[in-house]
Amino acid sequence: MIIHHPLLGPRDAQEFTVLGDASLIDRPDGMAEGAPDAFDSYLHLRDNPAGTHRELWYHEAGDRSWLVVTRDTRTHEVMQVELARDVALAAGRGR
Amino acid sequence: MSETGIASLRAGLQSAGISDGTPMRYSAFRLFAEALRGHRGWRPAWRDPEPQAEYDTLVIGGGGHGLATAHYLASRYGAQRVAVLEKGWIGGGNVGRNTTIVRSNYLLDGNEPFYEYSLKLWEGLEQDLNYNAMFSQRGILNLYHSDSQRDAYIRRGNAMKLHGADAALVGAEGVRAMYPWLNFDNARFPIQGGLLQRRAGTARHDAVAWGYARAADRRGVDILQNCEVTGLQIEGGRITGVDTARGPIRARKVGVAVAGSSSRVMAMAGLRLPVESHVLQAFVTEGLKPLIDGVVTFGAGHFYVSQSDKGGLVFGGDIDGYNSYAQRGNLPVVEDVIEGGMAIMPAIGRARLLRMWGGVMDMSMDGSPIIDRTPVEGLYFNGGWCYGGFKATPASGMAFAHLLATDEPHPTATAFRLDRFRRGFPIDEKGAGAQPNLH
Repeated sequence: MIIHHPLLGPRDAQEFTVLGDASLIDRPDGMAEGAPDAFDSYLHLRDNPAGTHRELWYHEAGDRSWLVVTRDTRTHEVMQVELARDVALAAGRGR
Repeated sequence: MSETGIASLRAGLQSAGISDGTPMRYSAFRLFAEALRGHRGWRPAWRDPEPQAEYDTLVIGGGGHGLATAHYLASRYGAQRVAVLEKGWIGGGNVGRNTTIVRSNYLLDGNEPFYEYSLKLWEGLEQDLNYNAMFSQRGILNLYHSDSQRDAYIRRGNAMKLHGADAALVGAEGVRAMYPWLNFDNARFPIQGGLLQRRAGTARHDAVAWGYARAADRRGVDILQNCEVTGLQIEGGRITGVDTARGPIRARKVGVAVAGSSSRVMAMAGLRLPVESHVLQAFVTEGLKPLIDGVVTFGAGHFYVSQSDKGGLVFGGDIDGYNSYAQRGNLPVVEDVIEGGMAIMPAIGRARLLRMWGGVMDMSMDGSPIIDRTPVEGLYFNGGWCYGGFKATPASGMAFAHLLATDEPHPTATAFRLDRFRRGFPIDEKGAGAQPNLH
């Protein structure tokens, strides 16, 4: 697989490690009501779709940025690559 | 040979105690007789029935685990009106894609009794099914390359023995006597010895599916192929049946044993699982003269190898590490596996690769499986087998049949609960945490 890094251009997937579903960006509030349930779901449960999947990749052997890669799990086709930072900021994180 | 000749021969075999009285379908004599008449006498080993409108119990998934479940439901728990629903053809999924290794060399209490029970079931499987699964207890040797790894293997071996399994520590000289061609003096990973389980081995994976299918069919289980489940009928929190490609089927109980596609099927019940689907690759070389009479695993990288009865070296390594339903992997992991092979057995560099393929694994959050009830009444789940499902086939079938028949977990499978992550009781052999691609 080739990952089209937003800053570095096309990079071999071998330079990356995969963390998993991009929903891991949305860490629950540990102080909120129902936090134990929210953390169980956040840590342990996955949608695991056959098809389009957004996931976190880490450019370990490169610039060490976190990316959100949108990929088809049936064909391994990479459809979109974004900086995880941009995704998190757009979702209102890091204010 | 004439029919009467075959019949008299069969009678002779029975009186000599060689056959149990059921007609001996497959034999060298039968093969010879069929060769003389153009192989027109063979009959299907199981029926191809039309789906009935209602069953007591449905098992979704006609792989090893689903067929074993149906067999044990019918033979051990007296279940009637059981059907196995298979999307494609039986044995066409992971039971036909694995590297055929059977072992019970686990460390943790939640796992080892279950896998040792499975190994004991393997030892009686061919008699139980009256089917040659080519189960061969040729031994598995896990190599160690450092003092600390030796100590960990001693601990593992002791844990195995405590649960009735066999284990032996073999020093470097012992390993050299078994496999003199291993790379003992690798500067980085010298072989210091290995943990040997002699009762481990391999089995003919397709024959396991076929044997279970025939045995279940003979007890009246309907095996429905080309019968993909397209929906689960749930009313008031209780399952009442399934929609399939061959029409709706009502049922009181439904067991799901579709590892690889577990998330897709259970999503039809609105459930999210502690599972990610990953691709694991396997490889086989051209046929070679006898080289490896057991199974060998590399302790410092991810590589394991055995030799099939046809002579091919069957080997594999790590999962690719990203979510996949593609049943094929990528080249970086191919390189990684081959590097592992070259590190411990440089001779493999002279063998030509014949085939490579991928299978889709249910990778769970702790690397251990799940056999449990679900929040939907009457719906039961069996999955999360990671890359270790084949060895578990008999015990998985027995434990799932027990759960379906009695609503209680089997005594060897009490730890495989769906909610164990939430409760803080994972069964994490590697201690890698809730990160499926690290198990």
